[in-house]
Amino acid sequence: MAAVQGGLVDAVEEKDIKTEPSSDGTGNNNANDAGPPSASPGSSAPSAGSNKSAAGAPEDQQTLLAVLQFLRKNKLTESVDILRREAGLPEDSPDLKADDSSGAGSGAAAGSGDAEGGDASALLSRVTASSAAAAPPAPTKASGEDQPDVNVVLSAYSQQGDPKLYPVYYNGLKRFIESVLDCHRAELSQVFYPLFVHMYLELVYNNFESEAKAFFDKYTGDQECYYEDDLRILSSLSKREHMRGNETLLDFRTSKFVLRISRDSYQLLKRHLQERQNNQIWNIIQEHLYIDIFDGMPRSKSQIDAMSGSLAGEGKREANKAKVYYGLLKEPEIELPLDDEDEEAENEEGKPKKKKPKKDSMGSKNKKQDPHAPSQTRIPLPELKDSDKLDKIMYMKEATKRVRLGPDNLPSICFYSFLNAYQGLTAVDFTDDSSLIAGGFADSTVRVWSVTPKKLRKVKSAADLNLIDKESDDVLERIMDEKTASESKILYGHSGPVYGISFSPDRNYLLSSSEDGTVRLWSLQTFTCLVGYKGHNYPVWDTHFSPHGYYFISGGHDRVARLWATDHYQPLRMFSGHLADITCTRFHPNSNYVATGSSDRTIRLWDVLNGNCVRIFTGHKGPIHALAFSPNGKFLASGATDGRVLLWDIGNGMMFGELKGHTDSIYSLRFSRDGEILASGSMDNTVRLWDALKAFDDLETDDFTVATGHVHLQDNSQELLLGTYVSKSTPVIHLHFTRRNLLLAAGSYNP
Amino acid sequence: MADRDERRFAEVSRDSVKLMAESAGAELGDDVAALLAEDVCYRLREATQSSSQFMRHAKRRKLTVEDFNRALRWSNVEAVCGYGAQDALPFCPVKDGELFFIEDRDINLVELALATNIPKGCAEAMVRVNVSYLDGKGNLEPQGTVPTAVQSLSEDLLKYYQQITRAVLGEDPHLMKVALLDLQSNSKMAALLPYFVYVISGVKSVSHDLEQLNRLLHMVKSLVQNPYLYLGAYVRSLVSSVMYCILEPLAASINPLNDHWTLRDYAALLLSHIFWTHGDLVSGLYHQILLSLQKVLSDPVRPLCSHYGAVVGLHALGWKAVERVLFPHLPAYWANLQAVLDDDSVSNAQVKADGHKVYGAILVAVEHLLKMKAVSPPADGGSGAQPGSAGGAVGYRASSPGLSPPPEPLSEAALGIASHLQAGGAGCPWEEWTPVPLPAMYCELYSFFGDSLAVRFSTGPGFGSSPPGPPARRGDARKEPCGPASNPDTARKMPQLTANLNISPRQDGSPRTDPPPPSLAATGPARSLARCSSSSSSSSVQRSKSSVSRLGQRPAGPTRDVFPKARFTSPQTGLPVFSFLIGGRQMGRRCQGRRPFQTTFAPTPPLAAAPPRAYAHKLPVIGRVGKPVRRWAGSHYSLHLPL
Repeated sequence: MAAVQGGLVDAVEEKDIKTEPSSDGTGNNNANDAGPPSASPGSSAPSAGSNKSAAGAPEDQQTLLAVLQFLRKNKLTESVDILRREAGLPEDSPDLKADDSSGAGSGAAAGSGDAEGGDASALLSRVTASSAAAAPPAPTKASGEDQPDVNVVLSAYSQQGDPKLYPVYYNGLKRFIESVLDCHRAELSQVFYPLFVHMYLELVYNNFESEAKAFFDKYTGDQECYYEDDLRILSSLSKREHMRGNETLLDFRTSKFVLRISRDSYQLLKRHLQERQNNQIWNIIQEHLYIDIFDGMPRSKSQIDAMSGSLAGEGKREANKAKVYYGLLKEPEIELPLDDEDEEAENEEGKPKKKKPKKDSMGSKNKKQDPHAPSQTRIPLPELKDSDKLDKIMYMKEATKRVRLGPDNLPSICFYSFLNAYQGLTAVDFTDDSSLIAGGFADSTVRVWSVTPKKLRKVKSAADLNLIDKESDDVLERIMDEKTASESKILYGHSGPVYGISFSPDRNYLLSSSEDGTVRLWSLQTFTCLVGYKGHNYPVWDTHFSPHGYYFISGGHDRVARLWATDHYQPLRMFSGHLADITCTRFHPNSNYVATGSSDRTIRLWDVLNGNCVRIFTGHKGPIHALAFSPNGKFLASGATDGRVLLWDIGNGMMFGELKGHTDSIYSLRFSRDGEILASGSMDNTVRLWDALKAFDDLETDDFTVATGHVHLQDNSQELLLGTYVSKSTPVIHLHFTRRNLLLAAGSYNP
Repeated sequence: MADRDERRFAEVSRDSVKLMAESAGAELGDDVAALLAEDVCYRLREATQSSSQFMRHAKRRKLTVEDFNRALRWSNVEAVCGYGAQDALPFCPVKDGELFFIEDRDINLVELALATNIPKGCAEAMVRVNVSYLDGKGNLEPQGTVPTAVQSLSEDLLKYYQQITRAVLGEDPHLMKVALLDLQSNSKMAALLPYFVYVISGVKSVSHDLEQLNRLLHMVKSLVQNPYLYLGAYVRSLVSSVMYCILEPLAASINPLNDHWTLRDYAALLLSHIFWTHGDLVSGLYHQILLSLQKVLSDPVRPLCSHYGAVVGLHALGWKAVERVLFPHLPAYWANLQAVLDDDSVSNAQVKADGHKVYGAILVAVEHLLKMKAVSPPADGGSGAQPGSAGGAVGYRASSPGLSPPPEPLSEAALGIASHLQAGGAGCPWEEWTPVPLPAMYCELYSFFGDSLAVRFSTGPGFGSSPPGPPARRGDARKEPCGPASNPDTARKMPQLTANLNISPRQDGSPRTDPPPPSLAATGPARSLARCSSSSSSSSVQRSKSSVSRLGQRPAGPTRDVFPKARFTSPQTGLPVFSFLIGGRQMGRRCQGRRPFQTTFAPTPPLAAAPPRAYAHKLPVIGRVGKPVRRWAGSHYSLHLPL
C-alpha cells in the first residue's frame, strides 16, 4: 500500500493542476476535496480517473483487483459486482477494461466521477460522507469490519512519514488548539487522544520503536485520565509483532473513534490543518475518526467529559435516534380473589380449568394503551401457566402490603452473608419472591438455598412417580420426595467459575453462565442440569432471564451477546457491536429489549425483535458491571468500576444523572419496586440509597437538549444520596427488593 | 528506554532468558536473548492484563494465581502449576549472587498418607441473614459496636454476661481465671462490651474492696487483650475506671494494712497497656491522661497515695511522660514531700511511710528517665561531654536553648503515639516545654536524691568493675584539671548551679542541704544568679515562684536527717558531694563514678552485662521499699540497666 501511495504522488503531481479546480468546483462537502494538497492525490485519484497517467493506473488497478479477489474469496458477490461496475473492471481481462474505465471516466464529468467513487466506498464500507473516499483504505476497512484480519487492518498504518516529524505535528496541533478560543478548545481537545493513539501505533507499526517510545512519553501526560487503562495497554506495546492479536488495538482499528464537534470548531480545525498542510494528521482524522458535526454552540468541557470515556468515543447521534418502546406490557388481567383468599387459591390449584374462561373475559377488556409500550405481540411471549397466575396473585397481594419508600422512609436492609465461602462467591441471585437464593462459586458449583423455612425437595424418580395417584388434589405435593428435603442443594456441572446466575421468574429454572463458555439451565424441581447452551466459545460473564421467562440473554468475552430461548439449543439472536467483553446483561421489563454493558465502557440497548442496536450510552470511565431498569421501563441505571452510577433516559437516549459516592467498583444496582429508590452495592463494602424519584423529576427535557444530545449534569449526588450503609468487610455483590420493598443485600465475608 | 521500561513494568532480563535456555539445553546469542526477553515481558504484561478481568468478574480485589492461569489457558499457553496455595510463598535470595527463588519444600507423601490427623475439610458454605438496618436507620459505625436500633441481646448472650460477671466478681478464684480467659479470647461478645464497660465503671462503688477492684481491673485487662473486640470510644470509659484506681484515695487505703499500693501499680501498668494498644482509638487520650496525672500531682491537698498513683502512672506511660510532667514538677513537689518526711512525730508515722513510698516511686521514675535519656540519641552529647568544668557549664547555658530537637521518644514513635505527644494541644502547659539536657537533669535530680540516685549510675559496670579509685581518678584529673574531683566544693558547685540555670529548684535543693550560716553565704550569689536567669525564660517563672514559696516554708522542717545524708554532710565537710560515704564507699570512688557517667553519655556503649548488684543495702535507710524495686525489676523498667 505504501508503494501505491508513494507512486501516486509523483504520478498525479502533474495533473493536479487540472483536477483541483474542477473538484473544488463541485463544492460537495467531501472533506477530502478541500484537503491539503498533498493529501489530495490519494483521494482524487479515482475521481480523476480520466487523467490517470500510465504509471498510476496499473498500480491503482492492482489494488482494486486485490480487493475484488478478497471480496470474491469471502463470497460477497454483490459487492464484487458493484465494485466491478463502479470501477469498470471486466470479469476476466482487467487490463483491457482498465482502459475502458479510464475512457468512461473521461467521458463523465470529474465531479460525477468523484461522487461515484464516494458511493462505491460507502457501499463497501459504510464509510460516512465526511470520511475519506480514498479507494485503498476503504476496502481494507470493509474487510476489517467483516473479519478482523490483522494484516489487512494494520496495513492502513503503512504510510510512511518521517518519524521525527510526528512530535512536531502533534505539537503543532497542540499549540494550535491551545491558542483557539476557549469555547472551542474543549471540543478540539477531544482530537488529542485518538490522534495520539493512532500516531503512536503508526510509529510502532513502522518499527520506529524508540521514536514511538519518546512520542508516548512526551504526550501521554496530556491525555485525559480516564483513558489511563487503555494507555497502559498501549504503552506495553512497542513492537509490530505485538500488534498482532492485541484486542485493544483491533478495537481501535476496526472502529472509528467517534467525536462530536460543533461545526464552528470543526471548521477551525480543518482550516488550520489546511494552512499547515498537515496531511499526516489529516489522514488520521479522515481514516480513523468519525467526526459527528452538529450545528450550534460548542460544548463545554464538563459536557464533553460526561459523555466521553468509552473505548471508541461517544455514540453517534444517529445511533440513539431509533424509537424505543420502553413502556410496559399490559399485565394480563387476573381477578384478585378478595376475602376468601385461601379458598380461592386452593380452588385454582385444584381446578385449573375454571380459571381459563375468566382470563379470556378479562383479556377482552382493553384498557388504554401506553403509547410507548410495544404491542403485546411484538415478540411472542409464553402463555401464562396457571402457576404463573397464582404467582401473579401472590404478587398483587404482597404489593398491597408494600411499604411506600421515600427519602423519609428508607427501606430496612437485610444482609445475606455467605459464610465459609472459601470457594469464592462470584454471583448471587434471588428469586423474585425472595424465597430462594442462589450463589455461583469459583469452584464451578452453583448452590441454592431456601431462604424460607420451606426446604428444598427434589421430584421423585420416574419409577416412584408412576405410583402416584395422579388424580389426587395434592398431586404437586405428592411428587416431591420428602427424603431429599434440605436447606440447600449443590448443582455440579460447570468446569469453571460461575460468573452469572439468574432465576427464571417462575422459579422452576436457574441459569448459570461460566468461564467454561457454556450457559446451563438447571431445573429447580429435580436439581439437575437440563441444557448446556454452547455458543460462546469464551467465558460467559453474565446471563439474565427475561421477566416473562422463556428467553434469556448471555454475554461474554467474545463480545457478542446472544439471545436464547430455553427450548432452542442455538441462539435466536446475536447482538454484536461491542468492542470489548460484555460484562453484564439485563432484560428490559417488557422483554422487548436487552441492555448490555461492556468493558469498552459503553452500554448498548438491543431490540430483541430485529437484533438492532437502538441505543449506545457512553460516559462511563470503566467497565460496566451493573445495570438496572427502572420498574416503569423508562430509565436505565448503570454502575461501573469507576464507582459512579449513571442514569439514562431510554426514550431520548440521554444521560440525566450521575451519582458519585462509591469508592470502588459497583457490582449491583436495583430499583425499589415502585422505582422511588435506587440501591447500589459496591466493593467498598457499602450499600448506598439514592433518591431516584428526585433524579427523575430533575430531568429537564427541553427539545433543544434532546435535539443536540448535550447533557447538562448538575452535580447533585449529595442531595440524591439518602444513605450509606456499611457492611463488615463484605463487598455487596447483589441487591434485591422484596415485593414489600425490603432490601436484601448479599455478599461473602471477605476479611 | 530500558530505564523507562523498568519504571513502568517488571522486566525479565536477558540473562534470565539465557539461563532458561541453557537449562533447556539451547544456546542463545545475546541479540536473540534480548529479543526474547522483550517479548516475554510483553506477553507477561498481556497475560496480566487479561487475568485482571477474571479477578474483576470474581468480584475480588486480589489477583490470584488461578486468575493468571486462566488467562494463560485462554491464550493457549500452558498454565503454571504448583502455585495455587492461598498463603504467600516466601521469596528467598541466595546468599551469594543475585539469585532469588521460591522456597519449595518437598512434601513427604508417605507421611501425608499415613497421617492420623486427617483434616476434616472446611465448613460447608452457608448463608446467614441479619437485619443490618431498620428503616434505613442503623449505626454508621461498622459492626462490632452494638447498633442502638438492634440492641436486643439474645438469650445466650444475656446468660453469658451473667455467668461471666458472676464468675469474675465471685468467690472462686479458679472460676474467675476461667472467666477472664474466656473474656480474653471470646470473639462473639462484641454486643456485650458496653455492659462490661458499665460493670467496670462500678469501681467507684467498690472502692472499699481491694479484692473487687483487683478483679475489675483484671476484667479490663481481659477486655483490652481480646483481639476480637473493637473498643472504640469505650476506651475512654475503661481508662477513666483504671485512672480511678490509680489516683483516687480509695476507701480501702484508709486502712494501712491494705496493700492498695500494689493495686495502683497494677492499674498503672494496665493503663500503659491500654494506652499502647488502644491509644489511637481516642485522639488526645495521652494528653488527657497526662493532664489529669499532672493535676493530681500538683494538688498538695491530695493524699500521698494519690500522688503515688500519679507518679507510677507517669512512670508506666514512659519516660517521656516522666520528663514532661514529673520532672518539671519535682522541685515544687519536693518541698511538700520533704516536709512530710522530715516530720518525725508519731502521729505522722503513717503519712511518713506513705511519703517514703512516694519518694521511692519518684526515684524509680526519674532513674528510668535518666537511663532512657542516656540511651536515647544524645542530642546534647556534644556539650555533655564536658560537663564538669565551668566552661562546659557555660556551654550548656549558651547552647541549651538551641539544643532543639527533643530526643525522639523511642517506643512512643514506634507506636504512633508521637503524634499525640507533639500535637500538644494549644494552651497545654507543656506546650512551651523544652527538654532539659541530660547532664543538667542529672544534676538537678542529684540535688534532690543525692547518692540514692547516683548509686545507680555509678555502679554501672564501667566503674563498678574497675576496682580501686585512685588510678582512674588520676586519669580523670589529668583530663580535666578543674574537674570536681580535684576542685574544692565551690568549683564543684558552681557548674551545677549555672548549668541548670533555668531550673531554679537547684537552689532549693542546695540551701536546704546547707547548714545555716556558712554555706548559705556560699550559695547565695549563685542562687540570685539563677533566679535572674530563670526569669528570662518564661517557663520557669512559675517554678521560681513556687521555689520562693518553698523557701518560705523551708525552715518549717527542722529535722532533715531523714534524708540522704549526702545532703547534709556535704556542706559540713566542705567537699559537699564527695565527702561522705555510703555503704562504705569512699568519696573518691564516688566522684569517679559520677564523672565517667557524665562523659560517657555521648557514645553510651551498652557495656557487657555487669553482675547485677544488690542495691538494697546501698540505699539510704529510708524511702526505698524492697517491693517496688523488685516489681519494676521484673518489668522492662528494670533498674539494673547497665550504663
